[in-house]
Amino acid sequence: MTTTPEGIERESQLLDRVTIRFAGDSGDGMQLTGTQFTRTAAVFGNDISTFPDYPAEIRAPAGSLPGVSGFQISFSASDIHTPGDAPDVLVAMNPAALKTNLPDLPAGGAVIVNADAFTPSNLSKAAYASNPLTDDSLKAYRVFEVPIGTLNARALEGLDMTSKQVDLTKNFFALGLMFWLYERSMDPTTTWIDQKFGSRPVIAEANKRALSAGYAFGETTEMFHTTYRVPKAKLAPGTYRNITGNEATALGFLAAAQAAKRDLFYGSYPITPATDILQQLAGYKSFGVRTFQAEDEIAAMGSTIGAAYGGALALTGTSGPGLALKSEAMGLAVMTELPMVIVDVQRAGPSTGLPTKVEQADLLQVLYGRNGESPMPVLAPATPAECFTLAIEASRIALKYMTPVAYLSDAFVGNGAEPWKVPDVADLPDISVPNAVKGEGTFLPYGRDPETLSRPWAIPGTPGLEHRIGGLEKLDGLGTVNYEAENHHRMTVLRAAKIAGIAKDIPPLETFGVDEGELLILGWGSTYGAIRSATELMLADGRSVAHAHLRYLNPFPANTGEVLTRYRTVLVPELNLGQLWFVIRGTYLVDAVGYGRVRGKPFRIAEIVAEAERLLAERGVTR
Amino acid sequence: MTEMTAGPAPVDGGLIKLTRKDFVADAEVRWCPGCGDYSILAQTQKVMPDFGVPRENIVFISGIGCSGRLPYYMNTYGFHSIHGRAPTLATGLKTARPDLMVWVITGDGDALSIGGNHFLHSMRRNVDFTMIMHNNRIYGLTKGQTSPTSEFGKRTKSTPMGSVDRPMMPLTLALAAESTFVARTVDTHTEHLARTLEAAGRHRGASFIEVLQNCNIFNDGAWRDFTERDVRDDRMLLLEHGKPLIYGKDRDKGIRLNGLHPEVVTIGEDGVTEADLLVHDQHAEDPYLALILSRMFWPEYPVPVGIFRQVDRPTHSDLVDAQIEAAIAKSGPGDLRKALMAGETWTVE
Repeated sequence: MTTTPEGIERESQLLDRVTIRFAGDSGDGMQLTGTQFTRTAAVFGNDISTFPDYPAEIRAPAGSLPGVSGFQISFSASDIHTPGDAPDVLVAMNPAALKTNLPDLPAGGAVIVNADAFTPSNLSKAAYASNPLTDDSLKAYRVFEVPIGTLNARALEGLDMTSKQVDLTKNFFALGLMFWLYERSMDPTTTWIDQKFGSRPVIAEANKRALSAGYAFGETTEMFHTTYRVPKAKLAPGTYRNITGNEATALGFLAAAQAAKRDLFYGSYPITPATDILQQLAGYKSFGVRTFQAEDEIAAMGSTIGAAYGGALALTGTSGPGLALKSEAMGLAVMTELPMVIVDVQRAGPSTGLPTKVEQADLLQVLYGRNGESPMPVLAPATPAECFTLAIEASRIALKYMTPVAYLSDAFVGNGAEPWKVPDVADLPDISVPNAVKGEGTFLPYGRDPETLSRPWAIPGTPGLEHRIGGLEKLDGLGTVNYEAENHHRMTVLRAAKIAGIAKDIPPLETFGVDEGELLILGWGSTYGAIRSATELMLADGRSVAHAHLRYLNPFPANTGEVLTRYRTVLVPELNLGQLWFVIRGTYLVDAVGYGRVRGKPFRIAEIVAEAERLLAERGVTR
Repeated sequence: MTEMTAGPAPVDGGLIKLTRKDFVADAEVRWCPGCGDYSILAQTQKVMPDFGVPRENIVFISGIGCSGRLPYYMNTYGFHSIHGRAPTLATGLKTARPDLMVWVITGDGDALSIGGNHFLHSMRRNVDFTMIMHNNRIYGLTKGQTSPTSEFGKRTKSTPMGSVDRPMMPLTLALAAESTFVARTVDTHTEHLARTLEAAGRHRGASFIEVLQNCNIFNDGAWRDFTERDVRDDRMLLLEHGKPLIYGKDRDKGIRLNGLHPEVVTIGEDGVTEADLLVHDQHAEDPYLALILSRMFWPEYPVPVGIFRQVDRPTHSDLVDAQIEAAIAKSGPGDLRKALMAGETWTVE
């Protein structure tokens, strides 16, 4: 316990992990506030995990319930896998933010509200019959009412700004207060403000004043009696940065192009939540990166095929609705056996669905959503940082096997952030493949490498290899148009065998937890963190449980069937109604149990634990 | 401005001269006997050596429809893609490989119906390829349904009481989409067809050629009313840069502008002289004259053939490459290590 110069008694409490949720109007800058807190925590050395959750509307009516934007960050002194099931602290900038987020706050949790925003008009927009700050409905929580708007306006007095401009900086007041409460330095954010608003000194000054005012308010008010310290996490030695999945995907492809010694082409059409990748790659022109914003999703896919035909490392990115439009051209890519990667940052569907919310319901679309027998490898990153390595891996498979590859990210893994140990460029794998050159005898555009079954990549400009390809079935070897029954059967089987054979060239499925026993929790994609944390909790509780996570959805790792047999029960949690579950049952004749949730949100750890325990109890597994 | 800008550089200073036969693939041509596509193929193969571009640097990309088979018959690189999407493949290919000479083969349904969006956008981007649109005003490969250029009221298998859709004007569309080379020719007018192909192939930028083509099976005589030998002089107008718009067997008919409307006049009648006629300017920076010409059609007007518009604009890949060069000039070649380390980093000992 210390006493401040103002005579306030304070203590500093040590915590292992804290989860904060910033919530406000979509115009309140909550994503920026959350991102700034994330950077500060990451640079400090915490392990972090974030969950940005924003509405599809750019500016829904101010103060309305659909307009609420949230950003949850969990930062920790130990290894964490998720942004936290529930916040410890909720920062609510208006009544709508309080109303939509309060149900997630456990009893006893802290709420810091911008008291200025609790006006009759805002209360009515949030459908509050009475003011929750005065009607005792919040008595289960620790409520801190801070007149953020008023205090912030006072701190900015004298600056040449409109009152609206002043109001826009109040998120930084809240951020400053949180920095004080969690004993964080303001320096990273101050540096960022200077870089961002360097050319607009008044705006820079305003944001810095807002930040400092929030910090100073914490220091001088008698409202808070405790500040909190979350020490550094024990991460492996190395240089780290904070990274989102979409950033890691873009960087992974940039690295893949270098590792493949080819120019990168990215043809794409803007679509939430995949647009970041296009924007980031567009900034890498000095690497010779060619980005193409196509007129539509189909053109994006067609241009990618054209660039692949020309010898580039060709990529496209989209989300579910865009993938549906690309399907016919994806079939052409399968038929012409050209290498490319198709990124799908999945979002909730069907149709336009919930454009900014997570779902994993495009798995069957990429596996089976094309006409004809159209096999395509499918990979899915489990965490934001893993997007980097898997982008390179997807490129490697595409090039080595001359095939389009689907890369299934999602809104949670794409927008979420975590610390990333920056790899050494010298450690990048060599994934280069040669172009075909003229040899002896007749050129066979559909001749196959005996090991990989891939066909030669004969790019235009190569003398003596002039040939014609296309969507019509081709004669095995010679590649001329061919309609014969036996040839079509043979080519169909060859295309399937080529993709199935990739199983020999990918890592086996690993398990975490018991090697054999009662329960295997089998997941894929962004559910990794919740499943891993649930498994850790259950193992600590002495349960016979393991977690296996598939990065390769087609083909499955060669040992998948064997792994499944080592456990009495297999539980498959997914953010869909049972797509991997369906494929696993069909492929391995295993009586796996599905657990699907489609609420536009990632799994909570507790949900997985509860379902796993329910299942174990149902199977008569006692403690 | 030069009449024709240079295409890709010839090998060995142009010493290797290929012939038409070098461009004939060994695939058996499978169009219906009498199809206008034979003529388009033959003239394409004929002009190809004139560009001095090595065979391996030439790519033909097609969509779906009878025209889509053409790449199989060209002994170059070829890609028979899917319906309407050939311009998208060509755009990706040219962006990645500006060194290649790319031809897009399409039809009226492929380019204007299912691929209408790609047609417009590849033109406005000035992607450096030549699009040859075989226009037979019918869906031939599916055996005779109405197409986007079919006449209003046309009876086809899918429109037994007549089409209720008005036809598109392909050249007007190409001009509206900012195409930098717009031309029309006829399958049976082989010499003009070859000349037009040659001019389009030498143009840098998005070139669009509408070839009026006959489908003798499902739409025989598609353009007969004005293309037949005995009537064509009086019903067609050959556009020549810098020359007045004169036509007719006796070279006595012409086009003059009356307000915003073109008007057919006879030289020597009502005091009309050659000086009153519109003079063709295919290099005009603004597209107004070309747009007026693109709307003229039989029977109200003679049907213009030739180059409606040809202007110089930077191509799509010129601009893409210039940005890459500018980025490198500004900050040096990309350094992956720096890109990975962008933003704030921290070190754990």
